[in-house]
Amino acid sequence: MVYLNAFLFCGLVCAIGQIILDNTNFTPGHITVIFVVVGTFLDVFNIYDKIVLWAGGGALVPITSFGHMLTHGAIEGYNQGGILGLFNGTLNLTSAGISAAIIFSFFFSLVFEPRD
Amino acid sequence: MKDKYQKIVDKYTPKEAVFYNTIIAFIIGGIMGIIGELLIEFYQYYFSVSSKEATVCMLITLIFLSCLFTSLGFFDKWVNFCKCGLIIPITGFAHATQSAALEYRKEGLVTGIGANMLKLSGAVIIYGIIGSFVFSLIRMLVGLV
Repeated sequence: MVYLNAFLFCGLVCAIGQIILDNTNFTPGHITVIFVVVGTFLDVFNIYDKIVLWAGGGALVPITSFGHMLTHGAIEGYNQGGILGLFNGTLNLTSAGISAAIIFSFFFSLVFEPRD
Repeated sequence: MKDKYQKIVDKYTPKEAVFYNTIIAFIIGGIMGIIGELLIEFYQYYFSVSSKEATVCMLITLIFLSCLFTSLGFFDKWVNFCKCGLIIPITGFAHATQSAALEYRKEGLVTGIGANMLKLSGAVIIYGIIGSFVFSLIRMLVGLV
C-alpha cells in the first residue's frame, strides 16, 4: 500500500512542477527553489512528517524533502543547544546529500569527458 | 502587417503538448518515488540499518546513479523527455551539479570546476537554508518548539 502512496505523492509533486514549468516563464532552477521553500514551510507545523509517514520513500525522494530535512535539523538543533544549535544543526541531516553530490561530481568530471 | 506576421509566427511556433508532458512527469515521478521506497526497504532488510540511515543511503544511491548517467551522457536525453519527472526528485540536484562540473572542466580545476560546480544547484542550498532559518525563527517566536 505504501508503494501506491509513494507513487501518487511523488507523481503529484512532479506533475505540479511540470504544470508550473509549462504555463509560466520560470526555468527549472526556479521550480526547484520554489519546491525547496515549500518543503521548509511544510515542516514548520509538522505537516511533512505526516506525509512521510503516509507516503514513505515517495515523500523523501522529491526536492521538498531537502527543505524538510533543513528545517528539521534547525529545530532539532535549537531544542538541543539554543540559538547556537540553530546554526549548528541546520545542515545536519542534508550534509550527506550535498557532500555526495559534490564528491561524486568532482571525481566523475575528472574521469569522464563532456559529451554533447 | 504586424498582425499578419504574428499569425505566421503563431502558425510555426511548435506547440508544447502540455497535457502529455504532465502525464509523463506524473508517471516518471511516481516511478522515482517507488524506487526510493524500494531502496529504503532494501537497505533496511539486507543491511539492517535504522530507517533514518536507510534514507541517507537511498539519497546517496540516487545521487550516485544520476551523476554517473550524466557523465556517461544519456541522462540529458532522459531529462529532455521526462522534464519535471526527473528535475523535481533529488536526481535533478545531482544532475545540475554534475553537468556544471563537466561543462566548466576545461577552464581548470579551481577557476573551472571549483568556482562553477554549484552554479545551478547553489540556489537550492542557499534558499533552502534561508527558508529553514526564517521558518524555524517564526516557529520559535510562536512558541511551538
